[in-house]
Amino acid sequence: MTAVTPAPPSTAGAPAPADIAPGSRSGGRSRLRAAAGFAFGAALLFAVAPLALSDFRLALLAKYLCVAMVAVGIGIAWGRGGMLTLGQGVFFGLGGYAMAMHLKLADAGPGGMPDFMQLYGQLDELPVWWRPFASPWFALPATVLLPMAVAFGLGSLVFRRRVRGAYFAILSQALAAAMVILLIGQQGTTGGTNGLTDIQGFFGYDLDDPVNQRMVYFIIAGVLLALLALARQLIHSRYGELLVAVRDSEERVRFLGYDPASVKLVAYVVAAGMAGLAGALFVPAVGIISPALIGIVPSIEFVIGVAVGGRATLLGPVLGAVAVAWARTALSERFPGTWTYLQGLLFVVVVAFLPGGLASLWALARRRDAGPEQSRRGWPAPARRRASRAEAHR
Amino acid sequence: MSVLWGRRILAGAMTLVAAAAMTACGSKTSDEGGAAGVTADVSGDTVKVGLLNSLSGTMAISEVTVRDSIMLAVEEINAAGGVLGKKIQPIGEDGASDWPTFAEKAEKLISEDRVAAVFGCWTSASRKAVKPVFEKNKALLFYPVQYEGLEQSPYIFYTGATTNQQIVPGLDYLKAQGTKSVYLVGSDYVFPRTANKIIKAYAAANGMTVVGEDYAPLGSTEFGTIVNKVKSSGAKAVFNTLNGDSNVAFFKEYKSAGLTAAAMPVVSVSIAEEEVKGIGTQYLEGQLTAWNYYQTTPGAANGKFVAAYKAKYGADKPTSDPMEAAYVSVYLWKAMVEKAGAFDVEKVRGVSDGITFDAPEGLVTVDGKTQHIAKTARIGKVGADGLITEVWNSGKPIAPDPYLKTYPWASGLS
Repeated sequence: MTAVTPAPPSTAGAPAPADIAPGSRSGGRSRLRAAAGFAFGAALLFAVAPLALSDFRLALLAKYLCVAMVAVGIGIAWGRGGMLTLGQGVFFGLGGYAMAMHLKLADAGPGGMPDFMQLYGQLDELPVWWRPFASPWFALPATVLLPMAVAFGLGSLVFRRRVRGAYFAILSQALAAAMVILLIGQQGTTGGTNGLTDIQGFFGYDLDDPVNQRMVYFIIAGVLLALLALARQLIHSRYGELLVAVRDSEERVRFLGYDPASVKLVAYVVAAGMAGLAGALFVPAVGIISPALIGIVPSIEFVIGVAVGGRATLLGPVLGAVAVAWARTALSERFPGTWTYLQGLLFVVVVAFLPGGLASLWALARRRDAGPEQSRRGWPAPARRRASRAEAHR
Repeated sequence: MSVLWGRRILAGAMTLVAAAAMTACGSKTSDEGGAAGVTADVSGDTVKVGLLNSLSGTMAISEVTVRDSIMLAVEEINAAGGVLGKKIQPIGEDGASDWPTFAEKAEKLISEDRVAAVFGCWTSASRKAVKPVFEKNKALLFYPVQYEGLEQSPYIFYTGATTNQQIVPGLDYLKAQGTKSVYLVGSDYVFPRTANKIIKAYAAANGMTVVGEDYAPLGSTEFGTIVNKVKSSGAKAVFNTLNGDSNVAFFKEYKSAGLTAAAMPVVSVSIAEEEVKGIGTQYLEGQLTAWNYYQTTPGAANGKFVAAYKAKYGADKPTSDPMEAAYVSVYLWKAMVEKAGAFDVEKVRGVSDGITFDAPEGLVTVDGKTQHIAKTARIGKVGADGLITEVWNSGKPIAPDPYLKTYPWASGLS
């Protein structure tokens, strides 16, 4: 949502300096801090969480981390690229369905058919478009490449025609709605509203076994860390700078001789790939993928987590997504009747009082501490101006 | 430099993943047995049961009434001394009309709260989502809503009607009235699509024609086109499997198009007393419904149930078929536990066959093989007072046949 109001003089809630300054200019301290952060995150995810949480809670955390993967992608496309992607459910769904189709076929055994096809479709043989998914060598790459291909196709059309802002958001929503209608209509081959459920195995491992569930959690935690590392690389590269520039002033970037459409396309495709991977890992973690997980409402919920956390930062979207998902579970267990009101209240408070998300609290605190010292930290003046411009486009 | 760091971090992460994967190799899918179930915690002087219904979202309006009647049964049982001398402690969770949330909450009730049984779910999608959870943990679910059949999980008891106790009798009734052509209107999800498949097979074998079939997305309120198609189709009756709000728009449109219950009756399978109130009696008067229970069903057991419900929740609250089935499910579980003399799931399942209960709808009997219950089918007509009165019933309880194996015309369906 690009606001047309002029920039407020205050920079409260601006993204943390280190996240805006490109890596080439920030000192070794930033890299060290990042490495320490990753080590801390890894220790938390791989050592503390498995020890502290019951099997049930760990499985829930695995689910939250999948949502966080989508959030990392949205952080890049929306927070950095200014594209309000309100249809990430589509890519999440493509990845999820690709994985679930493979696992259903693996459960059915060679030559077998998923149970629901006989029940609802009365099919005698597997539909042609299901067949390639029997092979893991097709299905696994497809979980990421299929969403990326769709994003590439859509993005190429949309960004070249300079569709942006609310129009882009509406378009991505429409895509999510269309995909849900398509899936529900084809009940015999897609499972309809039920989706693909009752997934037993994961590449030969029995998903009912808590030990294997734990393994799935470790894979998810590892992939999330890897995606974060990738996102950090992207943000701190020359491309990452260009992306922020496109967000803040597309015309000016075009005037300088770059093609803003390609710059946005890359971010959109990367975000789609991350959402696809998240969907693929969601399936073994939760055991279900259905149209209810990929429509308009879940697509908006992905974005809400990012907004709550702070979209322009690296960690904000991840923490926001996990926090919102966790709050959802905790509130609904404690107040089964009224928790939706509390959830709504939380969003209103964050959006009204912390437009930069929870991450802006951190930035605010740090600026208070640092005070005039800030300029000595290698925080160049142009970048600071850019930060305040970014604020103007909230 | 930064590229180097990224690689190191990535390598570190990958090593961790590999290490974790190597240390954590659980059972393969080819292994026999699988995970042992979670045993319910019955050590104290109470026994916990889970109530899993949507208290928020689109399904809340229907599912809250089911929650209310389960609570009524629990309170009645507790007042009468509990089950095996233990008071029932209900633990409620909100499924939020969201299928994966149902799965999450089911897992929580079973493995964190260690309940002895769970009562709830409404939509087929939510049941399909929780089914693997109950099967994995070898825990019990009592499902109280009519559904599309074609399912028989060893860990689910189905206390609502399956297709041969609701849809097939509805069609038999239309056939007996001399109806030769029907138009099918439904919401776009599993129950209507499967039900309509069964209706088409029935029609083909019984000399009826299906002159049209239309689906509207769940929650849709645009019925101008569909009603026009129904009107011009010349059908003698409409079989309606719409759910929720869509019914309001459909029946308003139906009436304003000049279609009447006398000329072209609509048989609905998802409209009960609660929904009649919401849609408006003026639109529904004279239309038909197919269920197993109505608030007006005669009998002392129903008189007691209706009076107790109204005393607890208000005189203006109607009772309906899913509410009754949910109420019955708690009593059936109690009877099974008492017959087994234990809360143990396998023992409870083992003694389930032949358990009877003098329910508000009449005598019901559990069929141990299918884990469904024998129920009397009832066709009703909506009256001006918003209540539904019976116009036909099957005379005796119909044995459940979820896969329609005893119906020759249905041989191609499952």
